[in-house]
Amino acid sequence: MKTDYSFGDTQTRAALYEDGELAGETMTLNMGPSHPATHGVLRLELELDGDYVTKCDPVVGYLHRGDEKIAENMTYNQFVPYTDRLDYLAPLANNVTFVLAVEKLAGLDMPPRAECIRVLCCELARLSSHLLGMGVYGMDAGAWTAFMYCFTVREQIYTLIEELCGARFTTSYTRIGGMTRDLPDGWLEKVRRFTDEAAKTIDDLDKLMTRNKVFLDRTKDVAVISREDALAYGFTGANARASGIDLDLRRDKPYCGYENYDFEVPLGSVGDCYDRYLVRLEEMRQTLGIIRQCCDRMPDGAWFAEDAKKIYKPTKDKVLTSMEELIQNFMLVTEGPQMPKGEVYFEAENPKGWLGFFIHSKGGGVPYRLKIRGPSFCNLSILPKIVPGWMMSDIPIILGSLDFVLGECDR
Amino acid sequence: MVPAQQNYAYNSKIEGDIVVSRLDAVINWIRKHSVWPMPMGLACCAIELMAVAASRFDISRFGMEVMRFSPRQADCMIVSGTVTYKMAPIVRRIYDQMAEPKWVVAMGACASTGGMYRSYAVLQGVDRIVPVDVYVSGCPPRPEALLDGLMKLQDKIGTERAMTNLLNADMHSAPKADKPAATETAQA
Amino acid sequence: MTAKELCETFDYASERALSRDHEAIHVPADKLIACVTALRDEQGYDLLLDVTAIDWGMGTSPRFTGVYHLFHTKSIAYLRVSADATGDAENPVLPSLTDLYPAANWHERETYDMLGIHYEGHPDLRRILMWDGYNYYPLRKEFPLAGHETEMPEPDVVAATEGAINPTAAPMMGGPFVSPQTGNMSTREPRARDESWHETKPKGN
Repeated sequence: MKTDYSFGDTQTRAALYEDGELAGETMTLNMGPSHPATHGVLRLELELDGDYVTKCDPVVGYLHRGDEKIAENMTYNQFVPYTDRLDYLAPLANNVTFVLAVEKLAGLDMPPRAECIRVLCCELARLSSHLLGMGVYGMDAGAWTAFMYCFTVREQIYTLIEELCGARFTTSYTRIGGMTRDLPDGWLEKVRRFTDEAAKTIDDLDKLMTRNKVFLDRTKDVAVISREDALAYGFTGANARASGIDLDLRRDKPYCGYENYDFEVPLGSVGDCYDRYLVRLEEMRQTLGIIRQCCDRMPDGAWFAEDAKKIYKPTKDKVLTSMEELIQNFMLVTEGPQMPKGEVYFEAENPKGWLGFFIHSKGGGVPYRLKIRGPSFCNLSILPKIVPGWMMSDIPIILGSLDFVLGECDR
Repeated sequence: MVPAQQNYAYNSKIEGDIVVSRLDAVINWIRKHSVWPMPMGLACCAIELMAVAASRFDISRFGMEVMRFSPRQADCMIVSGTVTYKMAPIVRRIYDQMAEPKWVVAMGACASTGGMYRSYAVLQGVDRIVPVDVYVSGCPPRPEALLDGLMKLQDKIGTERAMTNLLNADMHSAPKADKPAATETAQA
Repeated sequence: MTAKELCETFDYASERALSRDHEAIHVPADKLIACVTALRDEQGYDLLLDVTAIDWGMGTSPRFTGVYHLFHTKSIAYLRVSADATGDAENPVLPSLTDLYPAANWHERETYDMLGIHYEGHPDLRRILMWDGYNYYPLRKEFPLAGHETEMPEPDVVAATEGAINPTAAPMMGGPFVSPQTGNMSTREPRARDESWHETKPKGN
């Protein structure tokens, strides 16, 4: 039995555990699924050697609601509320990603105003998600103030979104072929004023956490994910960028008019928890820049594809007065937007990573197979590799830095 | 001579330092103003629960900011989010671990009836496994709605027969095996 | 590379005509590993994004088609690779890509869980989204959306709690914990049904 407790660095420790050299008997500890630090219903089956983790086996599926099977029974527009609840911290982004995938299947192009509104929605959702992620990360590390500050800003975002589409979150704002309704009057002014206040709060968050000795000690050089590992495990989004993979779908494969906006993409070098925090903090600032650009250049025009006769509902005054529009409305509501045969796979840069929708359609208004590629599902699969060797008290830090959401992981 | 109108105010010269009241009223008053919730935060409703605990819709005004994740120390389990069949035994187990007196609030559509998820994996309402005191509807319910639900829970606590329950040691006697239970068997 | 060029490079591959967006090729299942290895090492598709499958319904042959999405990080291009599953309609088989891409591990577990496709060579093929004792494959076309009834709790648990828990249609996952409904808090604690060890009884028996 080893009596030397100075195990050295984590690589040595992890290697020791693989060889079977332990200081004593291991203890099996079950963490979750109801646990404040697991960010939802995630269960970790841990084997501990004293305080150090030797094995970590995550068990997911406690929030599996059967979305993919439900999608085979719903029309495309009826599925939009289910997409809200995937990554429920950024529902607008999921809405936009889903309708973009279906519009790709239909081969629809959107007018510039609709694209600008969608970009604005996505960026608001990104800001909201990162704020909660970093606020809760601070709370996990012990800083309650960060949580309160972030939630105050999120309440302002909620007020804006409530004015836009009626719900604080779970918005269901997009439809195939456009949005539900146009922007309210004066809303863009409120958004512009909001960005100034949000910038101040992000600076406050920066001052509280970035050079905080306790936070630095807890996150610096913890759980380093190398570039090769990140690629091998299918990492995308901010986690991948923190590990040095310079990929951002908004810049590299622009969708929805993102090529017209001016923004930078932060890139990390080390790939530890601190890098993941820094990347998200800077992304929040860049997001504010994009929101300001959207407000400045919001074009006039239609917020839906006017030529998409079998896909987007006609306006109510026409429906109630004209026969053809009435029939169109009826068919759309009962049978759904008619899609051609074929399959598409569309991914968008969501706050948590690349959310992908694979749709195989046999024609008609209901998909034959809908697969949702949740980025949190892929991000969580690396846990058995990076957690062993660290102490149990590092686990909330590692989980918080990965910033996952179980709704997206389990669907 | 008896005055026409009785004065019921507390007068320390007459009553000294003694307040006379019904024990039930005092116990219920204490209990309802310090309900410590156990957040069974499962899905999106958990975010609204966090918003209720944050500074705009302060749950601390009601004495409930102490979110106790340990069921032993909690009074009220707020089931917020979709309960899947995989999660159901855990919800039941945590409910069993809570100490008496305990209440359950089913927050949101998914916890009340399964919500919009009528699928193979979702329990159609948490009241199939735990007794629910207050149902709060909404998807997710606004924080004000949750606070209203908690206030209704406070009213319900105010009507409890605390003394009878305390003196009655066997207060959770199971229905006899030959009598059919009151709750209906659930179908998939 | 376009699908045409890829089909010339790999003579067993054919173009997948259903694709409306990305390049897509279809390969036979026994050549899948060779093809994906070549795609990763020679062509540079270094990111595996998604592993899924489609069920064409009972009575079709082949019944399942595995669909893989690869990504070329240097040229920002997607590629869809599909392969029909071998084996019969009830027990389809596909080779596992876990050795090539560790990302495939959880995706293949999920496809096994939902559709029942057995991935040969997978290190740890067990259910991931449903619980371990679940008997069905939910995403198959003959499985109803509302699900089939499964017993919860199990009959011996019902007997132990003297009928206090009514059986509903969900499992207790082997129900290790049983709580009788009578008595004080200390007697109503969840107790392990399998009380094989105890503070007063030694381990083992």
